[in-house]
Amino acid sequence: MTSLTSLTIAEARDKLATKEFTALELTEAHLAAMERAKDLNAFIVTTPEIARDRARASDVRIQSGKAGALEGIPLGIKDLFCTEGVQTTAASHILEGFVPQYESTVSQKLRDAGSVMLGKLNLDEFAMGSSNQTSYFGPVKSPWKANNRNVTLVPGGSSGGSAAAVSGYLAMGATGTDTGGSIRQPAAFCGIVGVKPTYGRCSRWGVVAFASSLDQAGPMTRTVRDSAIMLKVMCGHDPKDSTSAPMAVPDFEAALNKGVKGLRIGIPKEYRPDGLNAEVAALWDKGMQWLKDAGATLVDISLPHTKSALPTYYIVAPAEASSNLARYDGVRYGLRVPGKSLDDMYGKTRAAGFGAEVRRRILIGTYVLSAGYYDAYYLKAQKVRALIAKDFTDAFEKCDAILTPTAPSAAFGLDDKQDDPVAMYLNDVFTVPASLAGIPGASVPAGLNSEGLPLGLQVLAKRWDEETLFSVCQVLEDAAKFPYLKVPA
Amino acid sequence: MSLDKATIRRVATLARIELPEAELEATAQQLSGIFNWIEQLREVNTDNVAPMSGGTDLKLPWRADAVTDGGITDKVLANAPEAQDGFFAVPKVVE
Amino acid sequence: MSYIIKGETGDWEVVIGLEVHAQVISKAKLFSGASADFGAAPNAQVSLVDAGMPGMLPVINAHCVAQAVRTGLGLKAKINHRSVFARKNYFYADMPQGYQISQYDQPIVGEGTIILDMPDGSTRAIGVERLHLEQDAGKLIHDRHPRESFVDLNRSGVALMEIVSKPDLRSPEEAGQYLRKLRSILRYLGTCDGNMEEGSMRCDANVSVRPVGATELRTRCEIKNVNSVRFVMQAIEHEAARHVDVWESGGKIDQETRLYDSNKNETRSMRSKEMAHDYRYFPDPDLQPLEFDDAFVAKIKADLPELPDDKKARFASEFGLSAYDAGVMVAEQANADYFEKVAKISGDAKLANNWVANNLFAVLNAKGVGVAESPISADQLAKLLVLIKDDAISGRQAKDVFEIMVATSQDPDKIVEERGMKQITDTGAIDAAIDQIMAANADKVEQYRAGKVQVMSWFVGQVMKATQGQAKPAVCQELLKKKLTP
Repeated sequence: MTSLTSLTIAEARDKLATKEFTALELTEAHLAAMERAKDLNAFIVTTPEIARDRARASDVRIQSGKAGALEGIPLGIKDLFCTEGVQTTAASHILEGFVPQYESTVSQKLRDAGSVMLGKLNLDEFAMGSSNQTSYFGPVKSPWKANNRNVTLVPGGSSGGSAAAVSGYLAMGATGTDTGGSIRQPAAFCGIVGVKPTYGRCSRWGVVAFASSLDQAGPMTRTVRDSAIMLKVMCGHDPKDSTSAPMAVPDFEAALNKGVKGLRIGIPKEYRPDGLNAEVAALWDKGMQWLKDAGATLVDISLPHTKSALPTYYIVAPAEASSNLARYDGVRYGLRVPGKSLDDMYGKTRAAGFGAEVRRRILIGTYVLSAGYYDAYYLKAQKVRALIAKDFTDAFEKCDAILTPTAPSAAFGLDDKQDDPVAMYLNDVFTVPASLAGIPGASVPAGLNSEGLPLGLQVLAKRWDEETLFSVCQVLEDAAKFPYLKVPA
Repeated sequence: MSLDKATIRRVATLARIELPEAELEATAQQLSGIFNWIEQLREVNTDNVAPMSGGTDLKLPWRADAVTDGGITDKVLANAPEAQDGFFAVPKVVE
Repeated sequence: MSYIIKGETGDWEVVIGLEVHAQVISKAKLFSGASADFGAAPNAQVSLVDAGMPGMLPVINAHCVAQAVRTGLGLKAKINHRSVFARKNYFYADMPQGYQISQYDQPIVGEGTIILDMPDGSTRAIGVERLHLEQDAGKLIHDRHPRESFVDLNRSGVALMEIVSKPDLRSPEEAGQYLRKLRSILRYLGTCDGNMEEGSMRCDANVSVRPVGATELRTRCEIKNVNSVRFVMQAIEHEAARHVDVWESGGKIDQETRLYDSNKNETRSMRSKEMAHDYRYFPDPDLQPLEFDDAFVAKIKADLPELPDDKKARFASEFGLSAYDAGVMVAEQANADYFEKVAKISGDAKLANNWVANNLFAVLNAKGVGVAESPISADQLAKLLVLIKDDAISGRQAKDVFEIMVATSQDPDKIVEERGMKQITDTGAIDAAIDQIMAANADKVEQYRAGKVQVMSWFVGQVMKATQGQAKPAVCQELLKKKLTP
């Protein structure tokens, strides 16, 4: 049954429909794979009983011809999505044991479409990190190995558990969330597809908030088509989220066959700084050639404020986070460390409950919003953010999509010293600008570096134009013939 | 840009994160490093630029004035570290 | 009539600004679908949004927006077609999100005016700085456990309008008048029930003093959450006196938040608010700016009721009431409506004002009820006034009928008829009574004819007695005069 885990969502969907195997068999195959790959630490909680129950229910619906769009498809859910009756932690000690009495809109939609939840996937604490090393429940290991050295690699972050589970064949797909690159960067590190849709496409209701003006859910899958299938289910208007777009959901899967003939692909010069990793640069050139070969026109564009994106992000996101994370106070749910007074309880609870990176970002965010510093930092960042968004608006006058590398490097070792937070933040240098602008972006696995580690290419498109995004991604995927990991025996 | 211990102490108090005196110096240094890097934003000319405060330019939706929620005391209290008689309980507050 | 505090070093004046939190009348909360009603079991009217559960998001209640605009129009204030919700960040056990969604530098309503009606009939315009929408906090209960406070989130998320005055008030009386007038306007508009005891209208007072003639403001103190108009006035009076004492003894007033203790009639510093505040306001990223067009405002404007100031002017011009009488009559809309009905049906506004303002209000005050619970309907009172005007009953009879109406809620016509209280206009019956009295009291007749005209009133009394009060005194007097004059 192991081979069942190697199927794509599209393949499994067809084979379940023709009853080549049952949803329960498909789920059992994945549960077994999860059991074997426990050392990856991809899941914080596994939910085999829920999975089996839902798989059985899927089989009934398939039998009665009432299959949903993801009927019987086993998925992992990032542990940032609140799941009714199943512990949701955001990988933080402060939420350990928290059992939501509600289901996030996105996970509910996936459930309504017939998918099977395998468990809750590990992540960086409150999605703050780029290597999945900040999880209270321990780091996730990438299933990939370098061909020249025996080190454990990070899966990227913050959706590290999602990336590891999908690339390691533990789940056919997974939900991720992306605030500054948390879908795209781990997708690149683990050699899978990750799509961050336009801000407002997916409801944020029931997703533990990190930075509200940036957070977006999206799919992480092994193929572009699978992401299109999953995203169509995940997005759509939600009246419970004021920032959710009241727009019809396009048929993303139909866009996959459109090709890129006649499309103008922007190549931003600012994404090729001095000292860009040569292999990353080479792969980028390759990607340009693939698109050109498929009939696209390459256009040189400029996104002049690219350099300012990361520092802007490290004001905006911590500021919002410092406020969003104020609710974790030990009063209504989660960890409480007793104290002499209410304030004493707050201070002790939050000191014990939050890890170092989360504490650091809360302090940064508190500082930049505090009296006397607001204008110099927060307001300034909001203005620069507007300039960054305008860069893209201007660029899209000249092009239909933008091609860049996803990350400045391949995955690094779990034990590689990362003492300098700023060095870690630089992982998101190529992904953060699109997050600030609210435009859709995707990472497609495009090749391996000399160590045999995956590198991704990032495609960006205009707001609400995920269809063009998918068209371009499909062409890249077809051309790249990416050497996926072998399914573990 | 360098943050001193007093600033860190004040910010940590505002954020209600207990920070041992011994950690103030290291935290101050680390945050100073981050802010030194952030300082580069000062070079960006933002004269006459309207700030972008949200992620979307969609119009704010309004909902009708109808009671559609509530009556879920059990769910509200389900995860409470301490609850009694339908209330959350916290250490005594002196007003 | 300025309010001067006589200090040892000279005269001082007080400078007062009021911040009123008025609960918006709505079915559901500002950002959630939970009920905004009072009095439910603890945490029964709480949604997951109100409890600050992870991932919960606010969606604004359209009616609350309309109510804020309506109030702004009622305060003749500038309506801002674009306003911004901001997060006010602070930790407290009644604040589940760790921030309050409020409005900061871009409120929904800008500057407006409230006209105070002073007892001498004069008016004074007090500036309104702004009105903004925000959510209420939950409630802490301290007296149920020796070592713990209990948290009830039923109030959490209920819509409030914070209405901030300019520091234009100069005496406790003016502050009291401001609150009464604001409450009156809110009640006319139907945007807040103005019930201070239940906490649906709460007041914080900013108080400072300065020597008379000085123009700069001195340090102010904020007195929090005073729950009646009378207590607000007392708190201000006390606080102002305290400031004068401190300044005159060479001390310094610290800007701080103080609590008024109505039992001891004193203010004291609030320990729980001692930590320096830094609310770190920033635009709430969960909510885009609040925007609406002219048509939205116009629709609300078209639907506004006649407000107290306009009604007062109309009562003065249409009914000839004095400014003071009109002001008293319009303070409560129900009173104004009652009066207007009585005035119109009876056709005599002055008489109506006398009977409503004096007789009826005295009865209602004694009973402790409002005009809605009056034992006498406006129709009934108007009928009584018609009887008086038509000379159908005498003034004395009218008072008796009124008393019976208070006791029985019967129609005056019925009372008059059942008790045979018709005023005697038939001079024959009166003549007969006079003849009888004159015959039986020849000595009194002599006295009158001898020039002692004061006995006339004795005769009138006797005739009234003989006719059981049904004779009209003026008629009696006229007939008596005729007969007594030889």
